[in-house]
Amino acid sequence: MVKLQNIELVFNRGTIDENRLFENFNLSVDNGEFVSIVGSNGSGKTTLLNLVCGTMRPDSGSVLLGDSEVTSIPEYKRARRIGRVLQDPKMGTCADLTILENLSLADNKNKPFGFSKAVNRQREEYYKTLLEMCNMGLENRMGTLAGALSGGQRQALALTIATMSDIELLILDEHTAALDPKSSETLMQITQRVVSEKKYTTLMVTHNLRFAVEYGSRLVMMHSGSAVMDIKGEEKQKLKVDDILGKFNEISIECGN
Amino acid sequence: MDIFLNTVIGIFEEGLMYALLAMGMYITYSILDFPDLSVDGTFPFGAVLTGVLIMHGVDPWLCLLISFAAGMAAGMLTGIMNVKLKIIPLLCGIIMYTAMLSVNFVLIKAGTGGAAIASFFTKNTIFNSSLATVIPKTVGGFALRTTFISLILVVFCKILLDLYLKTKNGLLLRATGNNERYTVMLGKNPGTVKIWGLMLGNGFSALAGSVIAQNKGSADQNMGVGMVVLGLASVIIGISLFRRVKFMKGTTMVILGSLIYKASYQIVLKLGVPTELNNAVKAGIFLLALILGGGFFSKAFSKLFRKPSKNGGVKLGQEEHNG
Repeated sequence: MVKLQNIELVFNRGTIDENRLFENFNLSVDNGEFVSIVGSNGSGKTTLLNLVCGTMRPDSGSVLLGDSEVTSIPEYKRARRIGRVLQDPKMGTCADLTILENLSLADNKNKPFGFSKAVNRQREEYYKTLLEMCNMGLENRMGTLAGALSGGQRQALALTIATMSDIELLILDEHTAALDPKSSETLMQITQRVVSEKKYTTLMVTHNLRFAVEYGSRLVMMHSGSAVMDIKGEEKQKLKVDDILGKFNEISIECGN
Repeated sequence: MDIFLNTVIGIFEEGLMYALLAMGMYITYSILDFPDLSVDGTFPFGAVLTGVLIMHGVDPWLCLLISFAAGMAAGMLTGIMNVKLKIIPLLCGIIMYTAMLSVNFVLIKAGTGGAAIASFFTKNTIFNSSLATVIPKTVGGFALRTTFISLILVVFCKILLDLYLKTKNGLLLRATGNNERYTVMLGKNPGTVKIWGLMLGNGFSALAGSVIAQNKGSADQNMGVGMVVLGLASVIIGISLFRRVKFMKGTTMVILGSLIYKASYQIVLKLGVPTELNNAVKAGIFLLALILGGGFFSKAFSKLFRKPSKNGGVKLGQEEHNG
């Protein structure tokens, strides 16, 4: 369960560029929900994820993860309970390390990073079965540097890494945005498979309205710091892109996009 | 011919000793992406500390360990300045280096009873006592003992460092230098990892200072001048020359880099450049290494003038409040 309560966040406070993004913002996500978040630029989608992850802190209000309040807990500590895939494929993996080394590090998440050997050959088979789910042939390229992979492959690897350890929450921050349509589609299918299999509570920001409608159990549309649309349950299942396109165009035109 | 061979031996001797420094800078500059100027202070720190300790009868081998630990302590301060106080790497180094001038000065004065130089020519060093005596002083008329001991030390350190870089901790260090966000996602504080890396780097720097002082039989403040240039030049020469060589480890590259640096320096001197221009020659070789290093030129330049990273410290992410 994730809860944002009475969030207030102001950018550039006291300057001419002051921007009150969130004022008394509330959002509650139940366990197992897969929430797609859409909205125009500057509507607060990514900021919302940053507040949950601790990349940013609210000026006031509280962030709850599970039953514990995490508002003042630093990002790296929160990350022990959260898996996150970012928009930039370079960010979710280490370019100078091989696939095997990347996975070995992720496998050791929440365990001490001591002076024992990093790469455990006995785990290699397990890593391969994880990579096989991506259907990209990555399982045969364990010794390849992550930096040598294509954007789609790197994001698939990043997703595998993010979901390797026991996490309570999966954060997908426009994770298909930097990819071509075909790779985006593939990555969304992998995402869907992982999320439904492991039943993660998931927050996904996307610019792709079709993805938002097709995937997930709940859709939230953000506009200037508030949720102007929040659809879940059966209504979400029946939702078509056309149903939300009108509203989306309305807010986009208002923003001048 | 003998003169030539003696010069070659000299290059190997010095090149190997300074390779210890280059390995330290390989950790900070190459792995951690941190241009660390504090080595100009930690190198003579190790030297002066060793000088004073040997004068007081401390075992020379133990001095190596003590110097390493002392260098680590200094490196920790550099790291804390960068990570916790958000000071850019370049300035952390300058502050540290300046402060170390006084530290070294006080240390040498207190240790020698007021002298400006710690000399211990008559005392035992790693090059002339205990284990060293097993190795013959000269082979076929050439003084090879020092070179041989340096070689053993460097190979020992290189193997340890290579092994370390393959541990979980070492891999985390490499990951942090590569992509700090990844470290955050692993639930680790990249700031702590950075401080640890700077400790290791400066440990090696002080160790190099200790070894070189023991070879010289004396130690003073001025030994630190130009160490940043020397170390960085070795790292950059080594990595840009050998980066395309498959299966060669980074540590091997920088050791070779150190030898090449020393060789090119000696060649320039042999061409008859007056000693007043020594430092200009060093700067020139460094410049040449940067230019020939290709992509390294822009990389090094941007590194020296970069702001501290966003996830380095306690106030995580606070500066991202700009939408």
